[in-house]
Amino acid sequence: MDIRFSPQETAFQEEVRRFLADEYPADIRRKMQGGLQLEREDHVRWQQLLARRGWAGVNWPVEHGGTGWTPVQKYIFSTECALAHTPRIVPFGLGMVGPVIYTFGTEEQKARFLPDILASRVWWCQGYSEPNSGSDLASLQTRAVRDGEHYVVNGTKTWTTMAQWAEWIFCLVRTGGPELKPQAGISFLLIDMKTPGVRVSPIRLLDGTPEVNEVHFEDVRVPVENLIGEENRGWTCAKYLLTHERTGIAQVARSRVRIAELRKLAAQTPAGSGGSLLEDAFFLRRLAELETELIALEYTELRTLANLSAGKSPGPASSILKIKGTEVAQALDEFFVEVAGLHALPCVPEQFREGFTGDHVGPGTLAAAAGVYLNNRKASIYGGSNEIQRNIIAKEVLGL
Amino acid sequence: MDFDYSDEQQLLRDSVARFVREEYAFDARKRLIASGQAFSASHWSLFAELGWLAVPLPESCGGLDGSAVDNAIILEEFGRGLVLEPWIPTLTLGAGAIAALGSPAQQQALLARVVAGELQLALAHFESAARYDATAIATRALRHADHWQLDGGKCVVLNAPAADLLLVSAREASGGVAVFLVEPGTPGLRMQPYRNIDGTMAAELLLEGLRLPVDARLGDQPDALPALGILHDRAALLACAEAVGAMAVLLQKTVEYTRTRRQFGVAIGSFQALQHRMADMFIEVEQSRSILMMALLTADSSGDIPRAVSAAKSRIGRAARKVGQEAIQLHGGIGVTEDLDVGHYVKRLIAIEALFGNSDWHLRRFGSAGHAA
Ligand SMILES: Cc1cc2nc3c(=O)[nH]c(=O)nc-3n(C[C@H](O)[C@H](O)[C@H](O)COP(=O)(O)OP(=O)(O)OC[C@H]3O[C@@H](n4cnc5c(N)ncnc54)[C@H](O)[C@@H]3O)c2cc1C
Repeated sequence: MDIRFSPQETAFQEEVRRFLADEYPADIRRKMQGGLQLEREDHVRWQQLLARRGWAGVNWPVEHGGTGWTPVQKYIFSTECALAHTPRIVPFGLGMVGPVIYTFGTEEQKARFLPDILASRVWWCQGYSEPNSGSDLASLQTRAVRDGEHYVVNGTKTWTTMAQWAEWIFCLVRTGGPELKPQAGISFLLIDMKTPGVRVSPIRLLDGTPEVNEVHFEDVRVPVENLIGEENRGWTCAKYLLTHERTGIAQVARSRVRIAELRKLAAQTPAGSGGSLLEDAFFLRRLAELETELIALEYTELRTLANLSAGKSPGPASSILKIKGTEVAQALDEFFVEVAGLHALPCVPEQFREGFTGDHVGPGTLAAAAGVYLNNRKASIYGGSNEIQRNIIAKEVLGL
Repeated sequence: MDFDYSDEQQLLRDSVARFVREEYAFDARKRLIASGQAFSASHWSLFAELGWLAVPLPESCGGLDGSAVDNAIILEEFGRGLVLEPWIPTLTLGAGAIAALGSPAQQQALLARVVAGELQLALAHFESAARYDATAIATRALRHADHWQLDGGKCVVLNAPAADLLLVSAREASGGVAVFLVEPGTPGLRMQPYRNIDGTMAAELLLEGLRLPVDARLGDQPDALPALGILHDRAALLACAEAVGAMAVLLQKTVEYTRTRRQFGVAIGSFQALQHRMADMFIEVEQSRSILMMALLTADSSGDIPRAVSAAKSRIGRAARKVGQEAIQLHGGIGVTEDLDVGHYVKRLIAIEALFGNSDWHLRRFGSAGHAA
């Protein structure tokens, strides 16, 4: 047992720190720290900086232009990024469709799509969920019917994150008939969002952000060369993604950064009993509980990493990381609302936009705390809800 | 032992419930907010017409001197419909302050207009640096020969943007706190209005050399803090009643939704994992209702009201958080959208938890009052 970094790993950590200090744009950092909405361009600029450094394909193998990093290096990288308040890498291209294409795609498809994904030149979104198919994804109904050299796609995808910014969407579509098992009739199809018949309509979340969308397909003609893998074998791609590299999901470092920020704010907030909130036994006890949970989670993540380094699959352990990671993050959201006190009430989104010049309501970002809390209730719902994750543990770990 | 409503109370409840049913469909409420108004003036007139506005006010001013239970009946139904009309700001706090502190002349001049639905009020008491400590008032009131001068700031003043009259607390040279009647638009008063997450409106107030006539002081009591403490406890208690109404709706909506939403070929309500979660929501609602009743009955007798209110506010705050989170979670993605009413109930519950002392604040006060019982 040894959790110290090797000299090479320490050197790598230094290299990441230097890169972030030198290259991470100050204006994006300021937005991140001030709780301001990021624009599409902010994400792209950051990811293109990573791409130029060769660090965009964090999980990608070297042969496809990836970093080829060890699990420990990935861990170091994501920790340092969190400490530096960088945006998360938008997962749809680099984390999802890219790996599917280099794993299941043809040489032509790799040559056609991977360079743009790696360089963040094309924005992707994920078209899996449908109004009637959420947790039960395999029941999806969006149809793709073969017509000569095209598929004709009809149906509706929903909850599609940032589809309003996307140029391409990767979809799970039904190609098989009712005689097949639901999972066996699904294909993985790439669709250019500019194709006639594709329509995006926004869905507003509880904090008012137009973050997700419905994407409607009406007789959308998609060239057959956009099919990844074999027809009716799309479920394999989807499942591959679910088990592929989910360690980052615990967001330990980000939660640690937020705890530090919370402590700072609490130290400036009167408890109403003399001292500050940070000196208040009630508050402190619950915060300490959360911190111990986070430490446990960090070591659960490290143990998973060690397994990965040894070539074992993370397997259902990633369900623990998902559940606990989102629970800790959501508990933190609650703490910020609590520290905000009365200033949890004002809803003044314009003051968290670039260029706001009026008087700020509430201290710092606290008047945004309730919005963040409400928005982040999504974390236990998407990516396989926490109930589904518990089902996985019950079934696959406990054998129930 | 009798936890039943009287016939009159039952009638009151039915009539408020009917109002909510007819006027507060989710879409109607959305349109009201989108119109930019803080609430509907015609609803408020209707409340006056139906005699509801008289319920919390003293008989001497045309009120009915209703009990805590009477008031809570109205607020629980309001909670079910997410009613936006500012009952607590205008009646409980504003009119309450005038009734508790005002001179007979001030009461006569103002309270009858409140009962008639002609006067909107806002009590500006809490300050940013004080958090929930109602005694830490830094706003100053200086008495000059022919006027008062107020300097300071107030935060999250409920209903201030719509108020015809603001009641602003300030510390006098004597060290006591007094409440002053301030007309919006008085030079020296700057108001920064905004909408709250729950659709109601509030404002930050900045007082800089605000000049008020000598008769602007409410009554002549040397210190308003004890009375203001009682008023804020009353407000906390009514907010609890509202929360119970909102939670009951969330439970009902969640049960209905899981009955109809199908995944994996069955209604998701058939999953035992979810059934237990809803059973727990039910338990939370019932426990909340019980502790609310305890606090209401204490308020209508002569028990330790602060302790009872704190017990209820902290316990119900805890329940509200859990019920709100579970309602969203069990709805899945649709639960985090602006289009579904569920999230709006959750927003109101978040606001209620944050108002009039949050759960921890009340738990602390309950704990330190524990030996009194
Ligand atoms: C903000 C946000 C962004 C998203 N982004 C995307 C995206 O970019 N692309 C995309 O394809 N999808 C996206 N999703 C969709 C997400 O994956 C689904 O919301 C999720 O799969 C849950 O599906 P559902 O919302 O239909 O809820 P449902 O599946 O209807 O679930 C409702 C409730 O029932 C529970 N439940 C369901 N089945 C079981 C069971 N067997 N046992 C116990 N409990 C169960 C669920 O956990 C949940 O609590 C996003 C969702 C959100 C909220």
